[in-house]
Amino acid sequence: MSPFLSDTALIFGRYARQTLRSRLQMLFGVLMPLLYLLFFGPLLTDLPLSSAGTSWQLLVPGLLLQLSLFGAAFCGFGIIVEKQYGVIERMRVTPVSRLALLLGRVLRDAALFVLQAVLLVLAALVMGLRAPLAGILIGFAFVAVLTAALASLSYALALKVTSPQEFGPVVNAVTMPSMLLSGLMLPMTLGPQWLDVLSHFMPFRYLVDAVRSAFVGSYASSAMLYGVLVALGLTAVSMALCTRAFRRGAA
Amino acid sequence: MPAISVSGLSRTFTTKRGPVEAVRGIDLTAERGEILGFLGPNGAGKTTTLRMLTTLLAPTGGSATIAGCDLVRDPAGVRRASGYVAQSGGVDPHVSVREELVTQARLYRLTKAQAVARTEELAADLGLTGVLDRRTAALSGGQRRRLDIAMGLTHRPHVLFLDEPTTGLDPGSRADLWDLVRRIRAEHGTTVFLTTHYLDEADALADRLVIVDKGVVVADGTPDALKRTHAGSPDASLQDTFLAITGRDSAPKDTAPLAV
Repeated sequence: MSPFLSDTALIFGRYARQTLRSRLQMLFGVLMPLLYLLFFGPLLTDLPLSSAGTSWQLLVPGLLLQLSLFGAAFCGFGIIVEKQYGVIERMRVTPVSRLALLLGRVLRDAALFVLQAVLLVLAALVMGLRAPLAGILIGFAFVAVLTAALASLSYALALKVTSPQEFGPVVNAVTMPSMLLSGLMLPMTLGPQWLDVLSHFMPFRYLVDAVRSAFVGSYASSAMLYGVLVALGLTAVSMALCTRAFRRGAA
Repeated sequence: MPAISVSGLSRTFTTKRGPVEAVRGIDLTAERGEILGFLGPNGAGKTTTLRMLTTLLAPTGGSATIAGCDLVRDPAGVRRASGYVAQSGGVDPHVSVREELVTQARLYRLTKAQAVARTEELAADLGLTGVLDRRTAALSGGQRRRLDIAMGLTHRPHVLFLDEPTTGLDPGSRADLWDLVRRIRAEHGTTVFLTTHYLDEADALADRLVIVDKGVVVADGTPDALKRTHAGSPDASLQDTFLAITGRDSAPKDTAPLAV
């Protein structure tokens, strides 16, 4: 095995074990979307949403990406703690690949949120969701890619700041508008035109539209194309930024 | 070839109030198997120098080689050749001693089997065998420090950097740690570069002292030679010598930027 792959596997294993040690935390992330599913989902069933498919095919893709958005954006908290213990510097003085330091962590995050996404979809099936299997699997892939992108950004930010008090507000300031402007809960096409136009500047919107399109079985749509392009572009930029942060180091 | 060779090494930090020259051109060498004490008042540039020599921080000027590897051109070689034990250590309190040691050995690219064998060997050598399966949070101060040092030794480095290794230890544990450092050098010919604020530690342990102040080397020599030159007599205390060299007789002000 190449050193890069074994480094990545090593880092992934370390942080996967860390996650397994806190089983409660593993399930906690799925709680918020689950509450939306239970108490918000039924409100939509009889509304005229002017979209293809049922209200569940509209809501569940949004909740999947909400899970990833809020979960991954806060991944950096872990690294702030590790920085205080000196774990980051101790790893940075070894020859370990800097990209592996990031990728091992990000793969753990992606695995965790895809697992939570599976639980969410199972609950949604009970509530009344019907969607093609391929579409649901595409949804999971988007969860994984969005998690990789956001967790990388979160780690990059966490490596720069010196305290959790600095980190939290910045993350909230990014996640809240992202949720509102991407039409996670309701499609932006329902709103006035200015809001719809504004939301096109929010990259997450394209991901939400793509997953919605997958959930109604339309895989060769322009929404899917834009979604894939934006997701991959976002991931490439975020990972490059974060690898640089690991290379340079911080406090 | 010296184990450590540093020439004109410098680091300027850019701050909101303009550039701060934390290290302004350090020159020093350490021979193979030498224990070098690196001393200086708070804010003298010790930590910044150490962070540069361990590849954590890029220098803004000068050059250095560690075990023949150029700091700037071959940081990977420097990392393979050296071990670094930070003041705060660097273990996760929730992880077991065994897992930390095996992981560290594997980060240094030992195979799984080699890492397991090396962990057993180091644990036996440093008196950690009985606590291998404890979480690191459950260790005593002395055990914890021996673990930190074991972490720096997993890949048998040529050069070991120790940042204030005995800060916070009781006298018995400090004496044990001094013996350990001497033994590492005697058995493996390891070059040890250590910073300390304890002058008795520097006196007892170091073959040679390099004293820095305001980002430059202000004295370099054996403890006896420095005492003779700067305090007038080889019987003078290192404390008086240190104060004569750095020209301070009270607690100095911390002028360098906080850990950057």
